[in-house]
Amino acid sequence: MKIRVTINGKSYSHDVEPRLLLIHYLREVVGLTGSHVGCETSLCGACTVELNGKAVKSCTMFAVQADGASVVTVEGLATDGKLHPVQEAFWNEHGLQCGFCTPGMIMASKQILDRTPKPTEEEIRHGLEGNVCRCTGYQHIVNAVKAAAAGAGK
Amino acid sequence: MATTMTQTETFVGKRVRRREDPRLITGTATYVEDIQMPGMHYAVIVRSPHAAARIRSIKTKQAEAAPGVVAVYTGKDTERVGPVPCGASLPGLRVPHHHVLATDRVYFVGHPVAVVVATDRYLARDAADLVEVDYDVLPAVADPEKALAKGAPAVHPEWPDNTAFTFHQEGGDVDKAFAEADLVVKQRMTSQRLIPMALETRGVVAEWRGADRQLNLYTSTQIPHLVRTLVAQMLSLEENRMRVVTPEVGGGFGSKLNVYAEEALMGFVAMKINKPVKWIESRRENFLCTIHGRGHVDYYEVAAKRDGTILGIKLKIIQDLGAYHQLLTPAIPTLSVLMMPGLYKTKNVRADIVGVFTNCMPTDAYRGAGRPEATHGIERMVDLLADELKMDPAEIRLKNFVGKDEFPYATATGLMYDSGDYAAPLKKALEIVGYQKLRQEQIEARKQGKWMGIGISTYGEICAIGPSPATPAGGWESATVKIEPSGKVTVMTGACPHGQGEETTFAQITADELGVGLDDVLVIRGDTAIVQYGIGTFGSRATAIGGTALYFALQDLKAKIKKFGAMLLESEDVTFSAGQVTCNRTGKSKSLQEIAGASYRALKLPPETEPGLLATRFWEPPNFTFPFGAHIVVSDIDGETGQIKIRRYVAVDDCGNMINPLLVDGQVHGGVAQGLGQALWEQAVYDDNGQLVTGELMDYAVPRAHMMPWIENDHTTTPSPVNPLGVKGVGEAGTIGCSPAVVNSVVDALSPLGVRHIDMPLTPEKIWKLIAGGN
Repeated sequence: MKIRVTINGKSYSHDVEPRLLLIHYLREVVGLTGSHVGCETSLCGACTVELNGKAVKSCTMFAVQADGASVVTVEGLATDGKLHPVQEAFWNEHGLQCGFCTPGMIMASKQILDRTPKPTEEEIRHGLEGNVCRCTGYQHIVNAVKAAAAGAGK
Repeated sequence: MATTMTQTETFVGKRVRRREDPRLITGTATYVEDIQMPGMHYAVIVRSPHAAARIRSIKTKQAEAAPGVVAVYTGKDTERVGPVPCGASLPGLRVPHHHVLATDRVYFVGHPVAVVVATDRYLARDAADLVEVDYDVLPAVADPEKALAKGAPAVHPEWPDNTAFTFHQEGGDVDKAFAEADLVVKQRMTSQRLIPMALETRGVVAEWRGADRQLNLYTSTQIPHLVRTLVAQMLSLEENRMRVVTPEVGGGFGSKLNVYAEEALMGFVAMKINKPVKWIESRRENFLCTIHGRGHVDYYEVAAKRDGTILGIKLKIIQDLGAYHQLLTPAIPTLSVLMMPGLYKTKNVRADIVGVFTNCMPTDAYRGAGRPEATHGIERMVDLLADELKMDPAEIRLKNFVGKDEFPYATATGLMYDSGDYAAPLKKALEIVGYQKLRQEQIEARKQGKWMGIGISTYGEICAIGPSPATPAGGWESATVKIEPSGKVTVMTGACPHGQGEETTFAQITADELGVGLDDVLVIRGDTAIVQYGIGTFGSRATAIGGTALYFALQDLKAKIKKFGAMLLESEDVTFSAGQVTCNRTGKSKSLQEIAGASYRALKLPPETEPGLLATRFWEPPNFTFPFGAHIVVSDIDGETGQIKIRRYVAVDDCGNMINPLLVDGQVHGGVAQGLGQALWEQAVYDDNGQLVTGELMDYAVPRAHMMPWIENDHTTTPSPVNPLGVKGVGEAGTIGCSPAVVNSVVDALSPLGVRHIDMPLTPEKIWKLIAGGN
């Protein structure tokens, strides 16, 4: 099937198998390997991307379902070589260790802040429920989201 | 952006943000799955759905004819591939022959039976379903105590008692200690099977360059050099014809401290099809076929005097080994024995281990590897003793600690604790948490029918594993430091960090020693073609051993630089600072770049000095290091639902000197999360037929952000005398300290009901039943 998808502001057109998962389309057809496959079942969130402004798990969506949509992946966050405030905050606050969950975690964090610019700690933790990190115990991730929120208010 | 330094700035001890992060936060890092090569093929493994069965036949024709399929291999094809290695040796150890693919029998659910190779991952997956395996299903046994019972199904027919080994260790005079005791407390407890669940599953890309007889293996591992040595052996390939690269590794926690069948199998496939092949483990496979951790049933007896003095400890461990020995499987419970006295002075110990085969995935090293089990045991027993004697759990610990003036301290299990002040973190933690006030509050809470508990755990651990005699493969670590002709510094470490941050901490050490900026240093790891040789990252060893190897290599290099300094500055009495080598007498200086230039250009050399600026050290540690600490948990339990809410989590850890306290905190937080996972939620459950019931993230509860309490962490600092950096290691501390603090807290909360012990995980159902039954 022919699909047309805007990814990180750039338009792509491909002929894909109907069963091709969105995550495999992004990683293997388009070549954006930042989003990861952690569980194949929507439970870990490593594959989180933004689809028409909403965070989705791209491992349980078909590429054809993204036809006509606008997708943002972690690779699309930095602009003109400048990191997105959430990326900068993850770096400053040591919000990552092995880094495998990080792209999805950053996308989920961005979504929290898009919806709630000044989230409480509880709102941050609730917003991250769908994303598993096995390294950090989440504390520095929570700090990173708080820091990004504080930075955005300046 | 910081560049080359212009003034003196030091980095060790500072909360420096990590140098590996830019690639990770921008999605540009390369994990195994991200590797693409022209002509890449994809492998899918057909696995046994049965825990025990004879293979009557395997039909591959239909799969071979499926679209895109280039080959299907079964155990017959791989008979000449060497067995999956077990590195541990114990007297009388029974080692089953562990083929990379099953031959006539399968021993656990997930046992690899065939591999399907196709041009596309979806086609390979389709074809895997077309492989027909005819099984003759046999009775299985999944519980280690049931496996020891008479008449239990034999996991390996040649050993009907299912016993892989027994192990006995004794120190002091245990019988005398128990005879003289005023009281003996006994408890059976379990440390349940866990699934490490690194977020990146395992994965391998193998590329065979036939004309060069060169196998390149990209694998998600903690031990690239050992994988090279051992997989080359399995494939009968000359070791120098094999290169192992570990690109970014998405977490390990011990589960990638191993050599797996699939690593050799992909090498085999690549050599057969003469094309690169990729295998990425699915999450389901990761749960079934990557090593599990823990799996203990422990029987404890502790003898004590009425004043609380511990006189002796007896421990019997029944270790669930699973169906095979992976790299270190049988060795893990021996670490529990070494650690069994904890921080306490008793000189009389007796331990017996029975290693038991079951029709399950092998257990092996998972974060803490034997030490969380031992710490959980002794810390629970000390609480039971305190309860029996009506003593305060903090007081009984302070009474029995090895004193701070008794180091180095020889333990009853043959260890030599390097340094410590065990009371310090406990006192600090008690102060932070406000212990006395909390005990007052607890009295009031109980009057109101509330379930509130305070739990203490004081742990020690064995880190910097470890002197070579204590390890199967050498316990040293290596480092090379090279100053390039431009003056930039390249470090090659044999450690293989996968989240721990040594690209940063090793740059901090290097920058301080050479007086350069962090950005002048690049740390390379994880490529056997670049790095000299190395042991890898596990057992909280990378900084304590690898960092020390680096430190000594830096000293060698500085000695050489001083010789060039003597030539160029007319003095060896120099200071390294701000990218300059400065003569302490005259104040004259040369930049590192100028000295490197002189060294490589080699127009004139100092006497008895070779060109180039490079130093390599392989450092053998004289001892382990022994970090310690105290964790305190305050919990509130909802009597209606059995839910445990952790109100406070205080962690005071002493890991010796800290190179980067920000990263130390990160290690503690992550460690606590895994300890809390074991204490409250996680458990690998096999049913009686050996089916893994918790085979997905849906059934296996790893901690998520909303489940974690805020961790209040602090430190005391007792440098290690074992290495010149004074560091001890912190990778496993959080996990080891955590679970007994949680369980002690919950048992404390429920003690008015007469509850003495609860096995992990402390599920709401278990807790609710205790409260409902008690009321």
